[in-house]
Amino acid sequence: MTALLDQTPAARTAAAGGRPPRGRGRRIALPYLLLLPAVLLELLVHLVPMLVGLVMSFRKLTQFYIRNWSAAPHAGLDNYRVVLDFDSAVGRSLLHSFWVTIAFTAASVGTAWLFGTAAAVLMQRHFRGRGLLRAFFLVPYALPMYAAVITWAFMLQRDTGMVNALLGRDGPDAPFWLIGGNSFWSLVVVSVWRTWPFAFLIIMAGLQNVPRDLYEAAALDGAGWWRQFREVTQPLLRPVNQVLLLVLFLWTFNDFNTPYVLFGESAPREASLISIHIYQSSFVTWNFGLGSAMSVLLLLFLLLVTAGYLAVTSRRRHAHA
Amino acid sequence: MREPRWVGWARRLVLGFLMLFTALPLYAMVTSALKPLGDVQGDWHWIPTTVTLRPFADIWTTIPLGRYFLNSLIVSGAATALSVTIAIFAAYAISRFRFPGRRVFAVTVLSTQMFPGILFLLPLFLIFVNLGNATGVALYGSRLGLVLTYLTFSLPFAIWMLAGYLDSIPRELDEAALVDGNGPLGALLRVVVPAARPGIVAVAIYAFMTAWGEVLFASVMTDSGTRTLAVGLQEYSTEVQVYWNQVMAASLIVSVPVVAGFLLLQRFLVAGLTAGAVK
Repeated sequence: MTALLDQTPAARTAAAGGRPPRGRGRRIALPYLLLLPAVLLELLVHLVPMLVGLVMSFRKLTQFYIRNWSAAPHAGLDNYRVVLDFDSAVGRSLLHSFWVTIAFTAASVGTAWLFGTAAAVLMQRHFRGRGLLRAFFLVPYALPMYAAVITWAFMLQRDTGMVNALLGRDGPDAPFWLIGGNSFWSLVVVSVWRTWPFAFLIIMAGLQNVPRDLYEAAALDGAGWWRQFREVTQPLLRPVNQVLLLVLFLWTFNDFNTPYVLFGESAPREASLISIHIYQSSFVTWNFGLGSAMSVLLLLFLLLVTAGYLAVTSRRRHAHA
Repeated sequence: MREPRWVGWARRLVLGFLMLFTALPLYAMVTSALKPLGDVQGDWHWIPTTVTLRPFADIWTTIPLGRYFLNSLIVSGAATALSVTIAIFAAYAISRFRFPGRRVFAVTVLSTQMFPGILFLLPLFLIFVNLGNATGVALYGSRLGLVLTYLTFSLPFAIWMLAGYLDSIPRELDEAALVDGNGPLGALLRVVVPAARPGIVAVAIYAFMTAWGEVLFASVMTDSGTRTLAVGLQEYSTEVQVYWNQVMAASLIVSVPVVAGFLLLQRFLVAGLTAGAVK
């Protein structure tokens, strides 16, 4: 994701360093001064809270200590012990939400990526109304997320919603979509609806960088449409897909907004994603120590997955190069 | 690229399906906003029995939509203005200067985007409460706290997109300004910023969209006086008795400005958002 910085031309170095020195000290300090506000705010809102969260996870931090959290008694590893004890109710429900989140992420990212790829590849060739259709496909991405999810919540109402009308299910045996086992699938569908346009956008941009003459050369060699897709389009999209899948994974795995707006404060058990679970165990029971321990474990898990993913994909990329 | 006939059929089928999938909620939102209450309380109506604009008027009294609207406008507007300003300075540093720590800065700032919001939510909540106690500046429950939080959400992408945009502005422009006797800051404000106006507008829209749609932090950091649209509408829509036609009207009202802005500036935004992934 930092490719932008690698492509800095050498000219830039020359221009910045090669100017006649005029107040050398000021010149060296200037870029740091320009970055200072951004750094301070990132520190305040992201990095410091992360450290505070780490400290909190070792404290017995209940609602009595909210106004003075440094007075909360030390708990050592107790919070982690409770959270990771899969025989207790707390541990078992955390493990449950972890698996729900894995299943949700796999289903949502897989489908969103498939939709995005299919649409981008099939819209590679010019046809009438293509620009209009592209703009239309981006509307879910531009829509304020809560407005979209609230609309889905209305559509998924059992007795008054569009979905049951569309499926021809009404009367006493009509299915519920926002409670019970179906709620998981509702969540997947809504999530795919919101994220596939982003996959489409990125893949479409990636396809624009595929040189046309590669296809012409492949066609001259007698490669049909499918082989061109497999042997020209797919390999050239690999670096794009590598970043895209990671970003989609992280967004979907961490998704809080979709289930929160769809179900409200208490998500059904079948659709209790890990973010919602941590939120509930922190703000409903007001036990911040446990919530922080869960957050830290979540962060560790995401870091491990990301590092592993980057190691594997970049090795594969080198092997192909 | 010559293509076999099945590809043409696959195109119609797949794009047709995706069009329908995309359209259904939009259709539900628009038509339901025009329905009388009776139409949304019984079986689903594909077409309103009578078309009415009443929901657009009634929602303002059913919930304090005006106050939510004002809160959202203030918070998103302030966050956008600050985020864009700070991003311009940071992007200028990254685009025009070589200095130790430049890469570390960019990697750190971008990677904060990847962490789950829930991770900072609890500590940030505590920090805001305690900072408020210590200094008397109310961050928790106030718009200021939300503004600070939201502006950092859009900041990484804003810096990234703007740095890319500034890279495309010829350095000769700033050089000329420097020769004319401006300092680097003068060059930035008098020459670079005007030349980067399209990029700045795109970043502003992105920052506004980010703040306008945020739910998680708003649900914890606001009280009844500072509730934003996102939380206000979310709360109402999960109540037991909901006037869905009014909720759909409100959803439409809050969506139209952002969607219009996005579609108008589609080209800039898309270029900026995708640059990093593609390069």
